[in-house]
Amino acid sequence: MIHSLFLINASGDIFLEKHWKSVVSRSVCDYFFEALERATEPENVPPVIPTPHHFLINVLRHRIYFVAVIQSEVPPLFVIEFLHRVVDTFQDYFGVCTEAAIKDNVVVVYELLEEMLDNGFPLATESNILKELIKPPTILRTVVNTITGSTNVGEQLPTGQLSVVPWRRTGVKYTNNEAYFDVVEEIDAIIDKSGSTITAEIQGVVDACVKLTGMPDLTLSFMNPRLLDDVSFHPCVRFKRWEAERILSFIPPDGNFRLLSYHVSSQNLVAIPVYVKHNISFREGSSQGRFELTLGPKQTMGKAVESVLVSSQLPRGVLNANLNPSQGTYTFDPVTKLLSWDVGKINPQKLPSLKGSMSLQTGASKPDENPTINIQFKIQQLAISGLKVNRLDMYGEKYKPFKGIKYMTKAGKFQVRT
Amino acid sequence: VLGMSANSVSYNEQGSGESGVDAAQENSSIPASISAGGAAFSLFSADCKKNEDLKEMLESNKESLKLEAMKRIVGLIAKGKNASELFPAVVKNVASKNIELKKLVYVYLVRYAEEQQDLALLSISTFQRALKDPNQLIRASALRVLSSIRVPIIVPIMMLAIKEAATDLSPYVRKTAAHAIQKLYSLDPDQKEHLIEVIEKLLKDKSTLVAGSVVMAFEEVCPDRIDLIHKNYRKLCNLLVDVEEWGQVVIIHMLTRYARTQFVSPWREDAVFDENSEKTFYDSEEERRVDQSKPYIMDPDHRLLLRNTKPLLQSRNTAVVMAVSQLYWHLSPKHELSVITKSLVRLLRSHREVQYIVLQNIATMSIQRKGMFEPFMKSFYVRSTDATHIKTLKLEILTNLANEANISTILRELQTYVKSQDKAFVAATIQAIGRCATNISEVTDTCLNGLVLLLSNRDETVVAESVVVIKKLLQTQPSQHSDIIKHMAKLFDNITVPMARASILWLMGEYCEHVPKIAPDVLRKMAKTFTSEEDIVKLQTVNLAAKLYLSNSKQTKLLTQYILNLGKYDQNYDIRDRTRFIRQLIVPNEKSGALSRYARRILMAPKPAPVLQSAFKDRDRFQLGTLSHTLNSQSNGYLELSDWPAVAPDQSVRIVEVVKEAGAPLLGKSKPGKSAEKFYSDSEEEEEGSSSEDSSSSSSEESESESESEENSDDSNKSSSSESDSEKKKKTLKNKKLQQQKPDSKDRYWSHSKALLLIIITKLFSIHIVLSFSNQFVASCRCSLLRLCVFLACQFDAVSWHVRVSLQASFPVFVPETSHELLHRMTGKGLSAQYRFTRQPCIYGNSMVSLQLTLSNSSDQALENIHISEKSSTGQNIHHFNAIGELHTTNHSEIDTNMSTVQHEHTKEDEFSVSIQPAVGELLVPITMTEADFTKEKLTWCQKANQPIHFCVCISRFAGKTVGSGCLVLVSVALKDPDAGITINTEKTVMASMLLRQVKITLTNSGP
Repeated sequence: MIHSLFLINASGDIFLEKHWKSVVSRSVCDYFFEALERATEPENVPPVIPTPHHFLINVLRHRIYFVAVIQSEVPPLFVIEFLHRVVDTFQDYFGVCTEAAIKDNVVVVYELLEEMLDNGFPLATESNILKELIKPPTILRTVVNTITGSTNVGEQLPTGQLSVVPWRRTGVKYTNNEAYFDVVEEIDAIIDKSGSTITAEIQGVVDACVKLTGMPDLTLSFMNPRLLDDVSFHPCVRFKRWEAERILSFIPPDGNFRLLSYHVSSQNLVAIPVYVKHNISFREGSSQGRFELTLGPKQTMGKAVESVLVSSQLPRGVLNANLNPSQGTYTFDPVTKLLSWDVGKINPQKLPSLKGSMSLQTGASKPDENPTINIQFKIQQLAISGLKVNRLDMYGEKYKPFKGIKYMTKAGKFQVRT
Repeated sequence: VLGMSANSVSYNEQGSGESGVDAAQENSSIPASISAGGAAFSLFSADCKKNEDLKEMLESNKESLKLEAMKRIVGLIAKGKNASELFPAVVKNVASKNIELKKLVYVYLVRYAEEQQDLALLSISTFQRALKDPNQLIRASALRVLSSIRVPIIVPIMMLAIKEAATDLSPYVRKTAAHAIQKLYSLDPDQKEHLIEVIEKLLKDKSTLVAGSVVMAFEEVCPDRIDLIHKNYRKLCNLLVDVEEWGQVVIIHMLTRYARTQFVSPWREDAVFDENSEKTFYDSEEERRVDQSKPYIMDPDHRLLLRNTKPLLQSRNTAVVMAVSQLYWHLSPKHELSVITKSLVRLLRSHREVQYIVLQNIATMSIQRKGMFEPFMKSFYVRSTDATHIKTLKLEILTNLANEANISTILRELQTYVKSQDKAFVAATIQAIGRCATNISEVTDTCLNGLVLLLSNRDETVVAESVVVIKKLLQTQPSQHSDIIKHMAKLFDNITVPMARASILWLMGEYCEHVPKIAPDVLRKMAKTFTSEEDIVKLQTVNLAAKLYLSNSKQTKLLTQYILNLGKYDQNYDIRDRTRFIRQLIVPNEKSGALSRYARRILMAPKPAPVLQSAFKDRDRFQLGTLSHTLNSQSNGYLELSDWPAVAPDQSVRIVEVVKEAGAPLLGKSKPGKSAEKFYSDSEEEEEGSSSEDSSSSSSEESESESESEENSDDSNKSSSSESDSEKKKKTLKNKKLQQQKPDSKDRYWSHSKALLLIIITKLFSIHIVLSFSNQFVASCRCSLLRLCVFLACQFDAVSWHVRVSLQASFPVFVPETSHELLHRMTGKGLSAQYRFTRQPCIYGNSMVSLQLTLSNSSDQALENIHISEKSSTGQNIHHFNAIGELHTTNHSEIDTNMSTVQHEHTKEDEFSVSIQPAVGELLVPITMTEADFTKEKLTWCQKANQPIHFCVCISRFAGKTVGSGCLVLVSVALKDPDAGITINTEKTVMASMLLRQVKITLTNSGP
């Protein structure tokens, strides 16, 4: 299936290669570089590139291209999903997935890649199994290893791979038994010029951090499970029970994992927590443009809107922007024409605004497009869909765990057209 | 060996030469400081060191030095540097005890073995040794590396190792074997036949670990051997949910292909069906099409596949969701297709690359079935942050979804896209508007007007695209749009983009008959500005002039000549050339010859309107979700999806005999039936049970010493039966249907025959059970008895007592649910066991009988590792069930015993001797023979036992045959109210008499 993997950085250097079958010359990447050159933006490189003898399937994450070399028919999503899983694993191991981190940990990376694929077919991709095989490097362990000469490779052989619950390692022990669940919802919306909603949907996830001793069997139930329109589960969730009772029943993996992701049915009206008043105009013949932007809270259920960040790609004709924020700071990059305004918290009494003028290229005609405004924000302690966890129970173990549930609403792809 | 070492030396020499070059490139500035420290973080500075010290380090005695060296070597490999010259030094460490060192050596070995074949052979023996290791993970890893070394010489060794590993007890090793199959196949395709054998074996594997990998091997090695799948089809469907996610993808793709060859089309228009034959058979439970008028009945196996894949739509793995979606697309009835929509739309939230593939597939789907995605139209709205290829695909889908109802919404959306900064995307949007306009006639005018407005756009691509699209639209219906052409003529003065001007001129010329007054005027204007126009506009001006000259020469003759003169002296040779050509063509003179006569037909020929259609129109020739579909060209190794067969191939090929599982675990002894039905079952069982003494006799014949004791027991039984006979005599048995057996009489029966049965028991086998186990689980398994198997025909019809002489010889008419106690929970220290005969042919051998054991744990402790100990004394052949953990759930894992509870340390092991008392009838499988044969056979034997009992009914005949010795057993029951005659004919006297007695007892006991 997957023949080889090349890691290519933003400047087009191949800084790591790994082959699972016969070695494929790195010159195959020339086809990728061609595509890269043709693409105007880094994101515009097509994910699948055919070459005379191979196919290159690439994903771009953290400004690194992961290019897999394929020789024959294979579902492209299979490869793409796998590559993303590789990135997730690196992130999990090294905290960040950057070129430097990968180069520093090249041995661990190689060991991981070796375990994750056998002959190009995924073997162990479950983080729990991998961590049993190869211990993630920590500063402490590196120091200890250099002194004692011990290794990162697990001494005992992994049993998780053979078990019926491959996602959980055996013999987990904690002094403090805790289970935390974060319900995080993201609003994807497109708001049109007049402020009316064109499309809005809520996507949510339940992320868990479970540190429980032994083999706990958990059930999590919601007050209003009907809200969930479309769900996808971590493999640990017993699907039959969800079908029958709308209860999440599972033996959790150890540590952090995504238990559930869901979509709230689009029939429900989505509350839009912020509104934007804007006036962005260019006049024909003038080298000045007006820019006015005011943000305000709306339908926030009494919660504060925090960490607000506004960004907008201004038209190419704009040379500079001279703006005055009522709060926060703004930056304008004259090269990429990206305006971003870090607003912070919205105070309902004193609405944040950004006003001023933009200078245009002299002589150039007025840009015929208006920029879209992208907004990011966070609202703590609120799941905008109204989803509520009813209760969390544990079976199979005697102790009493500490349980915690946190709600949060974020902006997903939240765009305002002007 | 000598040759090899010589080789290695030469390799070394070459290698060191290269290494020198390498080292020079590496700019070795830092002198080597050989220390135990300096671990992983300094790797990239470390590889500046000379490779020579690496060799020294590898040859040192210190583990840590070796490890350090290997880490640096791996760093070199990762960067794509050549480290092959270190091969001899590295390969020495293959047997190291340090796991990390060993693993790194493996990495190195797999990378360079192909280049250094001879040296690689040195490592083989290490792996061969490891293949025999008691630890399954070591065995697996040895096989993994061994098979990854691409050295043709070791093909036989690999083949052997694979064959061995395929029968390994550990499913993990078997999984590795499945992976190794593909590696060996790519190394030596000549091994195909042998490998197919291994694949066939592994396909039968019930472990979820193996399933995905072996199907992968199947797809790689022999995807055309669909016949190997038949028997495993249902198993694969049922295991699917528990297989790891990557395996699921592969299995689903394979099953999609399989299903297309085996089932008839559920899409009704092309379903060909023999209704009469199918109808009655499926009527009861199979799902039907909603439309009753022309019933299509889905094959239950087809349904099974659809049902078992559906939950996987909820998978977190996008590849699995896509695989299920394509399965539904290719296999499900059209009305069930809608289940995949939501899941596919959900995937759009995922990464950019995932979106790209999913959108492509949705684009193909949405051409054929708009309805599926229409409710989710808004999910395809474009965001300014999307990558261009994502935007274009979304646009494609929106266009596909457009219909009369939603077109206004879509057009409004498209209007905003037109203003986007991404010009390539704007161009695509204009194309999309054009397609909407041609597809939906209501909005053609609106679109045209919108496009005309775009003509004044400043961006050249936008204008060019609009003009092109307008041109296409006008070509489809030019007559109605003379006003648009007029409008464009009006706009003409303001439009500066040359491409647009040129296009308008072309339109004027092409449709000059629709705008007879304006066209000459435009030409007049062009004549004024001709010299300052762009080349492309000049060319079209010449074109326009020529066309007008032909249609309206009176007004334009002079203008045309003026323009042609201007063109004649133009700086651009293209224009001069064109002018010359046109002049020759349209102005008749003596030199021009015949061509000018046809000038009108040449220039004014009707031009075909371009067709505006989706780029995804013909993509459905490829299976969705495949690489070929994404690229729209057949890629290497693509397996074509066959068309549905007109008539379904034989369904029975998929039938595998399945042992029915016991419903609920019963603690304690099974109760005698309470309902009438239950009574039947009891009595029937007794019926068969009565004949079961056969077996004892047959077995007794095998050992002479015991036959005597059996005779004795025979006697005792005889007396008891006569006793019961006399008791029962007085009862008139009027109701034949209720052959009830009272519990007490049953007990008595057992007690009567106890003496005999005990002998049988000791003779049969004993099961030693070693206990320990998780709480409350039910395990069902099969174990089989050898040589006890006397098969007798028992085609009972409980109600009428008519023998049905049918031709089917395979399955019993009736399988009772009653189970018997094997081990009481008090005796078994919490473990109780029950057994039940399933009356299914045994899968392990046709001289075995399947037995279903139900084990339940009523203690509060976990019990584990239940197994049959090997000590069964009597030489019976029992097919052991494997360690108990696998019986716990549907997951078959042989090693792990316990999933839901902590494993208690169990301090003691218990062994229980238990015995199974087979009711003889359970050891029989019905066979069929004709009445004539029956009579004929009957006469052959003189051994006869005949005893009249009081009973009413007609004549019944039962035929059977012992499998062990292959002799026939014939039972005839002549029922003459109030007496009945039972005749048993068989070679074996003892058996005959016992059988007779038992039948008699049962019949008499079973009175109302």
